[in-house]
Amino acid sequence: MAVNSVGPPMGLLAELTHRCPLHCPYCSNPLELIGRSDELDTDAWRDVLTQARELGVLQVHLSGGEPLARPDLPELVSHAADLGCYVNLVTSGLGLTAERMDDLAERGLAHVQLSVQAASEQTANRIAGTRAHQHKLRAAELVRQSGLPLSVNVVLHRANHDELPEIIALAEQMQADRLELANTQYYGWALRNRDALMPTREQLSAAEPVVRAAKERLRGRMEIVYVVNDYFDAYPKPCMHGWGARQFTVAPDGAVLPCPAATAITSLRLENVRDRSLREIWYESAAFNAFRGEDWMPEPCRSCDLRGQDFGGCRCQAFLITGDAAATDPVCSKSPHRPLVDEILAGTERPEFAMRGRA
Amino acid sequence: MTKRPALRRGVRLTYDDVRQTHVVLFPEGVLVPNSTATAVLQRCDGESTVNQIVEALAQRYAGVRKEDVESVLDRFAQRRVIEWR
Repeated sequence: MAVNSVGPPMGLLAELTHRCPLHCPYCSNPLELIGRSDELDTDAWRDVLTQARELGVLQVHLSGGEPLARPDLPELVSHAADLGCYVNLVTSGLGLTAERMDDLAERGLAHVQLSVQAASEQTANRIAGTRAHQHKLRAAELVRQSGLPLSVNVVLHRANHDELPEIIALAEQMQADRLELANTQYYGWALRNRDALMPTREQLSAAEPVVRAAKERLRGRMEIVYVVNDYFDAYPKPCMHGWGARQFTVAPDGAVLPCPAATAITSLRLENVRDRSLREIWYESAAFNAFRGEDWMPEPCRSCDLRGQDFGGCRCQAFLITGDAAATDPVCSKSPHRPLVDEILAGTERPEFAMRGRA
Repeated sequence: MTKRPALRRGVRLTYDDVRQTHVVLFPEGVLVPNSTATAVLQRCDGESTVNQIVEALAQRYAGVRKEDVESVLDRFAQRRVIEWR
């Protein structure tokens, strides 16, 4: 694909900080967390947002870590909203107060995505590694009072899968507009804890009818999005909407990533907003052009009818499992590396969680 | 038909200076509606019925058909852009 056929990006995932009061063992942040002293300052983030809007970005996800840990969050919300962006706060809910919620809503925040770890307080706090659950119940109430739409996001894994019916009931009780039930994707901390997080096939089979019935029952009131993990599938999940096609991520230190998990690909030379403009990085950098189009594809992708739908699957997963970021995603049944995934699924070793941010 | 379509909570129809086109912004993402769909969405105020929307459009555009407007609205309802009141 020629570089000039690349369209402008729609979305920016702004990881304002890696600092977080939670210790979730499936955190998507990299194992090597960026410290506070390396974070972009307020002016630099304002500039990132301005450049992003000029480049075409319409959706800004303010995330982390915990974005509420940044004292300049209100100013960044105002700036992004004033630029005309749809501003989404991706939060654990810890640190949200009525005053802060009202202030952010007034500044133009459009939507809140709240993470929930489980339905029962005991399980939820164990997974979060701290007493977070009560704060989340309160946070949901604050979002509802503000009048903003609320999405509840629950990462599913072996330790909470059995609570699925209660999790759905909790989201209903929170009056969420959307419930995202996302089976763990294995990057960052989740990859490190993969054996302990991997649900059983029985859990996955039990979940399906529960989700289907809830979707039917709640149609029009609460949208339920259920995301599977493709280790269990015959074909891989698509690489976003294609590599470097719709969205990019800016890490706390200003590194610009084609995909939130892309630091996993150590062969990729990432560029930084401290050195180059977002426009140059989006259109011209080697990292963003590495897997655009189809020219990079090996067989069996190159001649596969599904290449336009899944884009060869996930580049990060290919690198993490096969060591080659350009390989066909190894979860694909056509991949010569599929036996590696089957071995992982057959693994019986189930160690304890290694908690994020804890030695 | 007396149902009245409205943009759902959290949905914004706005103009993008960069792409020079109308866009629909909502929690799930961004849609770029064509000019017909934009004209329909601009009239989803929660007060106008489908018939009233069709009439309003017919005053400005030639060849407006009710079934086309209904099909646009059905699509946006499925994408959770509008709701019926």
